[in-house]
Amino acid sequence: MTDYSYENTFTVEGGDFESAGKTSIEIKKVLKKLAITNETLRRAAIAVYEAELNIISYAKKGAIDLAVSDDKILISVADQGPGIEDIELAMQEGYSTATDQIREMGFGAGMGLHNIKSCADTLDISSEVNKGTHLSIVINRRGSGNDESGLSD
Amino acid sequence: MTLRDIVEILDAKVLVGEDHLHRSVKTAFSADLMSDVLAFAKSGSLIITGLTTLQVVRTASILDAIGLVIVRGKIPSKETLDLAGDLDIPIMSTRYILFETSGRLYANGIVGCVEKIGGMNCGK
Repeated sequence: MTDYSYENTFTVEGGDFESAGKTSIEIKKVLKKLAITNETLRRAAIAVYEAELNIISYAKKGAIDLAVSDDKILISVADQGPGIEDIELAMQEGYSTATDQIREMGFGAGMGLHNIKSCADTLDISSEVNKGTHLSIVINRRGSGNDESGLSD
Repeated sequence: MTLRDIVEILDAKVLVGEDHLHRSVKTAFSADLMSDVLAFAKSGSLIITGLTTLQVVRTASILDAIGLVIVRGKIPSKETLDLAGDLDIPIMSTRYILFETSGRLYANGIVGCVEKIGGMNCGK
């Protein structure tokens, strides 16, 4: 059993395009406070952001469970929504079912799940059509000091 | 190079973050697609885009971007500018188009976050 020193749930409302990204910025702040930095922080923040955008874009609502231990970050995302019929197809770069509203925000080019996968050490997706989708994202924490480009001030 | 130099090269207007113009910049990423910015932009880079939505600012914040250059003379809404102020993301607006903006910065020594796609995935 992994011993998580931090656990919290963040809820996200589907269709709330104005707020898209708010929860991710909040989660990034939490991770920073937990002394997660550099590439690990960047990968976790991007994965959460893409997952949040997916909830807002496609689901009725969803929850992001964040759990942090000494050696890993576990991000579980569960939504109530249309589900994904063909997960393999949805994972392909460029495959998208996005609406105009999503594209106007600068998203919806079929990169979301692919980006999450490249940020994760492991990604498990399960989905049931007309019920929802569940993502389990694990990001291993590595030693700091491997980032060549932080903010300069 | 600092953001102040960028403002001069691009004849840009600083809309938010006058206090942060001393930040130094080495790399930039130009795109109107935020998912591509997330996939390929490095932390600490300048993001150059023609989009003015709230999500551009939030994307910049998620990536710890050094600042945003909005091209084609666009001015974001007050809401977007306020959010950028809250999140400490400087915004500069230039009337140059995306191609010219990128070219002028490249000619002055700013390089892309990646040269070519392939082999790089989220810094793993």
